[in-house]
Amino acid sequence: MVRVTGVADETPTVRTIRFEDPGMAAALPGQFAMVWVPGGGELPMSVMAGDPGGAAFTVRRHGPASTALYGVDRGDLIGVRGPYGNTFDVREGRLLLAGGGTGMVPMMRLAMRVADPSRVVILMGARTAPEVIFERAAAALGDVVISTDDGSRGEEGTAVDAARRLLGSGRFSAAYVCGPEPMMAGIVAEARSRGVFVQASIERPMKCGVGICGSCCMGDRLVCSDGTVFDGDRLAATGEFGAIYRDKAGIARRY
Amino acid sequence: MGLATRVAGIDLAGPAMLASGILGISMDVFRRLLDSGAGAVVSKSLSAEPREGYPNPTMAEAAGGWLNAVGLSNPGAPNFANMMRGAPGVPVVVSLVGSDPDEFVSMARLFEGLEVPAFELNLSCPHVEKVGLEVGDDPELVSRIVRSLKGAGVRVIAKVGLGSSDYLGTVRAAEDAGADAVTAINTVRAMSIDVHSGRPVLSNGFGGLSGPPIRPIAVRCVREITSRHEIPVIGCGGVSCWEDAAEFLLAGASAVQVGTAAGGNPGIFAEINSGISSYMERRGYSEISEVRRAA
Repeated sequence: MVRVTGVADETPTVRTIRFEDPGMAAALPGQFAMVWVPGGGELPMSVMAGDPGGAAFTVRRHGPASTALYGVDRGDLIGVRGPYGNTFDVREGRLLLAGGGTGMVPMMRLAMRVADPSRVVILMGARTAPEVIFERAAAALGDVVISTDDGSRGEEGTAVDAARRLLGSGRFSAAYVCGPEPMMAGIVAEARSRGVFVQASIERPMKCGVGICGSCCMGDRLVCSDGTVFDGDRLAATGEFGAIYRDKAGIARRY
Repeated sequence: MGLATRVAGIDLAGPAMLASGILGISMDVFRRLLDSGAGAVVSKSLSAEPREGYPNPTMAEAAGGWLNAVGLSNPGAPNFANMMRGAPGVPVVVSLVGSDPDEFVSMARLFEGLEVPAFELNLSCPHVEKVGLEVGDDPELVSRIVRSLKGAGVRVIAKVGLGSSDYLGTVRAAEDAGADAVTAINTVRAMSIDVHSGRPVLSNGFGGLSGPPIRPIAVRCVREITSRHEIPVIGCGGVSCWEDAAEFLLAGASAVQVGTAAGGNPGIFAEINSGISSYMERRGYSEISEVRRAA
C-alpha cells in the first residue's frame, strides 16, 4: 500500500494522483501498475513520473474503479503492484509522440526519457479544448501540436488527421502512440504505409496484469506480459488491432 | 525417447498441459501455446450462458503464489464452440462447469464435430456458488453427471479439489461412473486480508490459492489417488519447472497441468519438455510412463 501525497485536477474529469514509491518512480515509459482502491475496485494504470522519487497516475473517471481512484484524497492508502510490461524502442532521429486523452501519460514519460526536445514532436489529441492535458509540461519536452475534434483548440480534426499531415512531411524516423484503439490503429496504419517505424502502447481490460488470466489478449499476444508496447507490424499481424475487442465474458466484438 | 504420451485415450504431444482458467480466451493464444510445447490445452470452464465474473480485484499475490476469484468469467459454451469452429486445427480439451447432468450433456453436444479430445468437468472451483466444489462435494451428483456424459459418448476427465467432503469419495464416484481420468487438484479455497484497510484483497472475499504454495498438497493428493485407484491422474497444482513436473509423475501422475507458472511465460512448456527429456535420458527411460513406474 502507498499513501497518496497529492491530487491535482487536469480537466473536469481527469485527475493526477501522486504518491511516493521508489519502484513505481523507476517504471519505464509504457509500463503499468495494477492499482487497488480498497472497496472501490482495481484497474491497470500507466505510471507517470511525479516529483523526484515519486510517481503518479492520471485517471479519467468513467467506470466504477476509475471513479473510485479519481475520488481518493491526499493521505489515503491505495494498493499498487507492478510495474508490469515492456517499454518503447527509442530510435534515432526525429520522433513523433502522439497521445490521445490519458494516453498522453506514456508519451510524456517517453519524452522525458528521450530528453532531447529538439528531436521530439508531441501530438496531443483531444475531443475539445478543455480535455487537453499536460500542455505546459509537454512544451518543455518537445514541439507541441494540438488537435481537437471540434477545432476549439489547435488544429481541427482527429489526431489521426494531424499525424497524417506530420508524417507526410517525411521528417520522422519513428512514431509512438497511445490513446483510444481506433486512433492508434489509424496512426499505426499511416506510419506503416510510409515505412516509418511505429510502436503503440495498448490498453485492454485486465484482471491479473501478469499473463495468467488472458483477459487482455489480442490475437495470440497478451497486452500485459508481451506488451504493452508492440511494433506496428506485430499489431497488424494480430488481425484484431483496432478491429476486435473482448467484453468481460471474453466474447470477441467489433469496435 | 518419447515425450508424447497417452492419457485416457487422449494423445498428448508432451506431458505438460495448460490448466483450465489460464489464458485461453483467443484460439490464437491456444495455438501459440501448443506451438510452444504444451501437450494439450484446456479451456476456461465454460457455462451454458456467458459469465462476466467478479469485479476486480480478482487476483492478488499471496504466500508466493496467487489468490484468485475471477468468478468463472467465460464466453459461454455456445460462443466458445463457434470460436473453435472458426479456428480448425486447434484441439482444445473443453472444461465445463454446471450444476446438473442435462446441462453438462447439452453443453457437450455443442462441440460435436469439433476437435475436443475430452471434456474436463470443473467439480472444484472454490469461489462460485452452486457449481464447482459444491457439485464435487456431492459424489452422487458427480456420478450422475459422469454417467450422462459417458452415455453421450464423450471422454470425461473429472477435475477434483479439496472441498468440504472427502475428495476421494468424488474420485471414487467419477471412476465408478466411467470417467476416463481425474485431474487433481484445483486451487485451494483461501483468503487474504489487507491489514491497512481491513478489507479482503479480493472483491469476492474468498478465492482459490494457486502456485508453489499448493504443490505439496497436490502431490499428496495425486499419490493418495494413484495408490488407491486405477483411474489415470493428471497432476495439477504449482508446477513451475521440470522438477515439479517430474515430482508429480513420480507421485503417480500420467501427465501434469501448468497454470499459474504459464503466466507471462509461454516458454514454460518447452522448458519442462527439455528438462524431462534430459532426466529420462539420464535414467535410461524411453517413455513418460517409466518415470511414473519408477517411484
